[in-house]
Amino acid sequence: MKALFRRRYKQVRAVDGIDFDIEPGEMVGFLGPNGAGKTTTLKILGGLIYPTEGTVRVLDFVPWERRNAYRRQFALLMGQKNQLWWDLPAAESFRLHKEIYAIEDRQFDRVQGELSELLQVSDLLNQPVRELSLGERMKLELIAALLHSPRILFLDEPTIGLDVVAQASIRRCLREYNQQNQVTILLTSHYMQDIAALCDRVMVIHQGRLIHDGPLRDIVDRFSDYKLVTLKFPEGSMPDRLEALGEVVKVDGPTVTLRLPREAVAERAGRLLSRYAVSDISVQDPPIEEVISRMYAEAARLAPQDSPATGPVAARRSRT
Amino acid sequence: MSKYWVVFRVALAERLVYRADFFIATFLRFIPIITTILLWRAIYDGADRTEVGGLAYRQMVSYYLFVMISRAFGSMPRLATDISADIRDGGLRKYLLQPIDYLAYHLALRVAHKLIYFVMAAAPYAVVFWLCRRFLPGWPAGETLGLSVIALVLAFLLGFAINGLIGMLGFWFLEVGSFLHVFMTAQYFLSGHMFPLSLLPEQVGQVVTYLPFAYETYYPTLILLQRLDPGEMVRVILVQLVWVVVLAAATRIAWSRGLRRYAAFGG
Repeated sequence: MKALFRRRYKQVRAVDGIDFDIEPGEMVGFLGPNGAGKTTTLKILGGLIYPTEGTVRVLDFVPWERRNAYRRQFALLMGQKNQLWWDLPAAESFRLHKEIYAIEDRQFDRVQGELSELLQVSDLLNQPVRELSLGERMKLELIAALLHSPRILFLDEPTIGLDVVAQASIRRCLREYNQQNQVTILLTSHYMQDIAALCDRVMVIHQGRLIHDGPLRDIVDRFSDYKLVTLKFPEGSMPDRLEALGEVVKVDGPTVTLRLPREAVAERAGRLLSRYAVSDISVQDPPIEEVISRMYAEAARLAPQDSPATGPVAARRSRT
Repeated sequence: MSKYWVVFRVALAERLVYRADFFIATFLRFIPIITTILLWRAIYDGADRTEVGGLAYRQMVSYYLFVMISRAFGSMPRLATDISADIRDGGLRKYLLQPIDYLAYHLALRVAHKLIYFVMAAAPYAVVFWLCRRFLPGWPAGETLGLSVIALVLAFLLGFAINGLIGMLGFWFLEVGSFLHVFMTAQYFLSGHMFPLSLLPEQVGQVVTYLPFAYETYYPTLILLQRLDPGEMVRVILVQLVWVVVLAAATRIAWSRGLRRYAAFGG
């Protein structure tokens, strides 16, 4: 009976000891498996929730005080939530944004014009949003988020559920917008192409902890100890015992893909070339998705049993 | 201020999308009145009395007609539901991210909804009131008319504050649907929407006529019915004002407390 009135809740630390600084104009990718704490961190930065411990400063504001002066300078776009009015054309919602953010006429016209051109949605502005496809809607959501020329853009899976063409178009828009306006972008995505195409820097969060902060390239160096070597043999000269060369990943006609330890790649490739007639060879990193999932597995193995553990929740963030 | 003006205009545009549906619904809303009138005819005949609860049959019919007007101002369909749904499914987020005040936003929205309603419903109301003209009192004096307008505007604000406050419950309870249902039923009864509060036994009536609900519907209706003298009308308006201020303050407090809680459990 007691449980009816006094429920017990288990306290779960969603983010724990995340510590980072982002410089103006940076484009940072935020990676992690589902439930890692990415969205929680974005919500803290957007002022929707506040951490039990720790400090956060964005543009010298404390986000959860939700000062209008702060709210005018950032946008948080969530791929799974919509801001536009469902029954009205996007142009109406844009006008509302214009007033809410007190955007000047000139700036409003310019940004709306440029972005709808860039995303090729100029002729959709006056159609009720409910009649549009998911991709079209997402593009318009992105425009709505950029109308007030935010200095910081938090994007939570902006390309989720979109086809490749729409994804590419949103990516291109973000890149151009970032270059032209020096806007700072922090973005989460499950699509590695988004991250690879946009972000020079990647932060990886796992079970609420930051386990990597640096270029995407470093993740590959750190978490993959092998490379994929693809060999093409001329007709009929395929060696019999491929296993002797290394771990065979795939055989496709005359083409063989081997997995070789990173440090042995040069030496073994040399041996291969000298011993066999090889018509083509290429050395590649393993697919980034594989590296990432390896990294998650590694992180899960290393994490203490009762994690996310007991350290202080510190979402310190400062900017210059 | 201008941003809430645009909220208002956008809400107007949104409402107009559904104008046909709206027009039909307005007419349909008068149908229950016919059965109510017939029911009261039977009650008056059966009891063989000329007055029930201090109202003659003719006045009883016009009471229900004027209740429609009071409700047109004071009712806030779906406000509490919308707010608690925003809280539960994260719709609140977008208002917290933008430099806008959620409650002021909703108020602008509701003013728009009401204005659209008045414009669209004017013709149906005129038709019904003309058909029922023999039940109605004559045109009120200018003074009563003025006080009626004030009482109706306050009824609107009171309805907004009551329902807004109830919607805030969403911060504390995940599912408020069944509670809202009970609340709506209680409001229907306690506001005098169901029947005039003068029919209640005296002790009960004394309590009920101090609750804010009575000032949402019952008293504004009595003013429209020209049943109150000037002193009473002024008293009603003052009590309305007090309730509006008290409930608006309570809503604000609930909002800021609730928001802390909301933030703590995950936005």
